[in-house]
Amino acid sequence: LCAASDLQKDLGEMVKKDKVVVFMKGTPAQPMCGFSNAVVQILRMHGVDNYAAYNVLDDQDLRQGVKVFSNWPTVPQVYFNGEFVGGCDILLQMHQNGDLVDELKKLGIRS
Amino acid sequence: PADMAVTSDHIRDRLIQELGAVHVVVEDTSPNRCAASFKVLVVSPQFEGKPLLQRHRMVNTCLAEELKEIHAFEQKTLTPEQWEKQKS
Repeated sequence: LCAASDLQKDLGEMVKKDKVVVFMKGTPAQPMCGFSNAVVQILRMHGVDNYAAYNVLDDQDLRQGVKVFSNWPTVPQVYFNGEFVGGCDILLQMHQNGDLVDELKKLGIRS
Repeated sequence: PADMAVTSDHIRDRLIQELGAVHVVVEDTSPNRCAASFKVLVVSPQFEGKPLLQRHRMVNTCLAEELKEIHAFEQKTLTPEQWEKQKS
């Protein structure tokens, strides 16, 4: 129980440490799932190369912990400035409707 | 229950009942993947005035039990107005 609450505290710090944080299956260089790959491709299209990516396949506690932390049932999960943005579907729709460009601009990233 | 088989019909019924969806398309994408997978389009007046993240949370909450059994889940959430625009 203690380890679990420590992890929730750690997650609170992890998502704030970098402007863009992604929890995914695999790594940006080698995504292990189509949905995680989609997130990597969308970010790449917008010139976001420098982001923190955490591989949930490396760590079962992390895999469960992020779902609790964000109250979101699936991976990948994307955070901007410590705020949960959504999963693959939401990022894709933001890419399609132009919202992603605006959100990245707020982070000081020009796409 | 662990042996609950999630079907497209079941997902559609839940979304109509719980979210007052006026139009639902459920695509069973399981054959493309290794386990139960679905893609849904949900059109509901309850989405009006709500940001995307909140809409998706509403669907996730509605299908919380089912999602435990689902391996991959894709969703698109529209208001009736957005749906009309997209159709035309």
